[in-house]
Amino acid sequence: MIRITALCLPAVIRWGIMTALLLDRIHFGFTVTYHYLFPQLTMGLGLLIVILKTIALRTGNARYNEAARFWARIFTVNFLVGVVTGIPMEFQFGTNWSQFARWSGGVIGQPLAMEGVFSFFLESAFLGLFLFGEKRLSAWGHWASALMVFIGSWISGFFIIVTNAWMQHPVAYRILPDGVYEVTSFWGLLTNPWALLQYAHNMSGAVITASFVMCAAGAFYLMENRFPEDGKLFLRVGVIAGFISCVAQIFPTGDLHGRYMAKHQPAAVAGMEGLFHSQRGAGIVLMGQPNEEAQTIDNPLVVNDVLSFLIYGTTKAEVGGLDRVPRDQWPEPLPLLYYAYHIMAGLGTYFVLLMTIAAFSLWRGKLFETRWVLWPLMLSFPLPYIANTAGWMTAEIGRQPWIIYGLMRTSNGYSKYVSAGNSLFTLLGFMGTYTVLSILFLVLVYRILERGPSAAASAPKEAPASLITT
Amino acid sequence: MGFIWFWLVAIMLVAYVLFDGFDLGVGILHPFLARSEEQKQIMIRSIGPVWDGNEVWLLAGGGTLYFAFPLLYASAFSGFYLALMIVLWLLIGRAASIELHSQMEITVWRHFFDAVFFISSMLLAIFYGAALANVIRGVPLRADGYFFLPLWTNWRVGPQPGILDWYSVLGGVIALVALAVHGALYLAVKTGDVLQQRARSVGRAGAGLLALLTVISLPATIAVRPDSLANYKAYPATVVVPVVIVLALIGIFYFSTRESDHLAFACSCVYLAVMLVGAAIGLYPRLLPSSSDSAMDITIDKALSGPHTLHVGLAWWALGMVLAAIYFVIIYRMFRGKVTLEAGSYGH
Repeated sequence: MIRITALCLPAVIRWGIMTALLLDRIHFGFTVTYHYLFPQLTMGLGLLIVILKTIALRTGNARYNEAARFWARIFTVNFLVGVVTGIPMEFQFGTNWSQFARWSGGVIGQPLAMEGVFSFFLESAFLGLFLFGEKRLSAWGHWASALMVFIGSWISGFFIIVTNAWMQHPVAYRILPDGVYEVTSFWGLLTNPWALLQYAHNMSGAVITASFVMCAAGAFYLMENRFPEDGKLFLRVGVIAGFISCVAQIFPTGDLHGRYMAKHQPAAVAGMEGLFHSQRGAGIVLMGQPNEEAQTIDNPLVVNDVLSFLIYGTTKAEVGGLDRVPRDQWPEPLPLLYYAYHIMAGLGTYFVLLMTIAAFSLWRGKLFETRWVLWPLMLSFPLPYIANTAGWMTAEIGRQPWIIYGLMRTSNGYSKYVSAGNSLFTLLGFMGTYTVLSILFLVLVYRILERGPSAAASAPKEAPASLITT
Repeated sequence: MGFIWFWLVAIMLVAYVLFDGFDLGVGILHPFLARSEEQKQIMIRSIGPVWDGNEVWLLAGGGTLYFAFPLLYASAFSGFYLALMIVLWLLIGRAASIELHSQMEITVWRHFFDAVFFISSMLLAIFYGAALANVIRGVPLRADGYFFLPLWTNWRVGPQPGILDWYSVLGGVIALVALAVHGALYLAVKTGDVLQQRARSVGRAGAGLLALLTVISLPATIAVRPDSLANYKAYPATVVVPVVIVLALIGIFYFSTRESDHLAFACSCVYLAVMLVGAAIGLYPRLLPSSSDSAMDITIDKALSGPHTLHVGLAWWALGMVLAAIYFVIIYRMFRGKVTLEAGSYGH
């Protein structure tokens, strides 16, 4: 719509509109990508800390309590960066995407408000109890506060996924006479099948991040021969949780999500796979560069029939390509969608491979001496962050050019009276702020890792003034 | 339904101001009350375990505003674009300063975060006051319900207003003083000895200044917005608002002189709450008035979400607030009493 009207305008104004839209997209993309680096670890670690506390409670082994305290320190730093970078997310629907916010607020405002009311109060209160209350609460009370923090963070994730899933696959809505979307079934909104599949896939991804981070710390302490016993504990928990979550990431969660997507967003799947032309017995492209102009994949490395099999369970099935999609409804930028998906899938495969080997060595009792497995366990921790980010980019670019799939175009959603100059100003501001935040975050995490998990080293010299203790 | 949600959102914003208000007040007073590193630590510790939960009221209130009045959320957030973004950066800076201040035993590190804590708290208070003043004054709404305001133009309340003009700056100053007093009275409850004495005297002196500013704000508001007394004239019972405000100010002064710190703090809560409620009564049923043409006003009816959304919302909102109240009782009970610096303890 905007594209057609824009063509009639003078070049300067046309450029301004395109730039404002593009900058608003980059604005949200940058801030949300940065933000999600933190909650993915928070949500995953929340679960692992509950596991550590549970083992401590059942076995009476104090080392597990010590480990829980250590990871709670990392958790807290992460949590707080997640909080402060999360507040801008809720504001940006209004600041940069006000047209979208206006029409969709009656639907997606609901889960967003519920996140604040049901998750953030819970998380903040029980994190305080968990961090400060270990001496005052009973062992069960302290375990329960860890559980509540975990539940709070996972509820938060659920409401965000419900919000996103409605944009991906709008259900249970109607359009009021003034053009506003309204929920017709609250239950239908919360049980959107897309949301349930996406949630399972996403949360398993969060556990992968936490498992890899825990393994990396464990492998580091073990190979460095500092706190080796804690290192072994981290590796044991990290490898088992990592193996389970890495497998679950592909089967069943990734598989089911992909099939559901193929049914409801065929354009996205065609773009992800780089399938320009519909094909019977479609092959899967492992590598290659999409060439949008020529509508081919350059330098392709293809395995025949596999795509048809993955989606439809038979090698002969026909998979719809981008040729079935009107040109103005192609996801864009198409090459980024293709790369994001391939990076996610490629890394996911590597994770299963690494964790299978690690889990096998752990089971045979050889992991702690097998340095050629410990090395990749230590070095691989950034990769789940990349894979989770790439997965979200796949979902969000795959949805384009729609902000609400099939209902509202992204180009009709941005704030039309916020100029490109103002968007760029705040985008640069966020880039600067987040650079400083990153440096401070790394300094704090480094200090926590440097002091290590043992109780003697971690006793603070003075009482902590606030939530973070390093 | 519109009436109910108007007041529910108002209650959440009041809760935010009451809770995070004293956090901000502590930040504003931080360089003036604390004379030693130990006292600075105590001041930060007094809000350390609770600031994060207090800030949730902003998010929960913002989210509730979004789903109950999407047009208001869309229009106001894009129209006050720059001011909101600056508020976000200040919130980030303040959170960082509270949490990072004590992490390093390096003097310049601590001094730097002391300064960030003070500046961000002060500017946030000013921006919040200015924001409310903008809503009261009205904005140049267009026919499609949107507007865009630069940060400032000529500092005058005219056809070309900026977010900052003399009236919104006055609003900012009132908020600054009010939250500083609120923070001082909170510190009088949470600390002992010298710090407590100083906090009490700041509270007393501040209450006097606050009374003066409150009196000034009334003719200023009528000058900027002549129709803001309409509801008060129509409903004589609303006369309790100014009466309670005066009583609360007297109460702050009286109780902090008598060293009844809890009661003085309670009076400050009443003052802030009733000031905000008073502004809301003046606005009702408008949410964001136009500065030029009242036909353009964003009203409750114009901005309200669909009926199903709001009915379901009422159910989970009530449940959520009960839970939030329980969490707040638990956490404030656990951290009750005076703040000390002993390791592994908080309060008593």
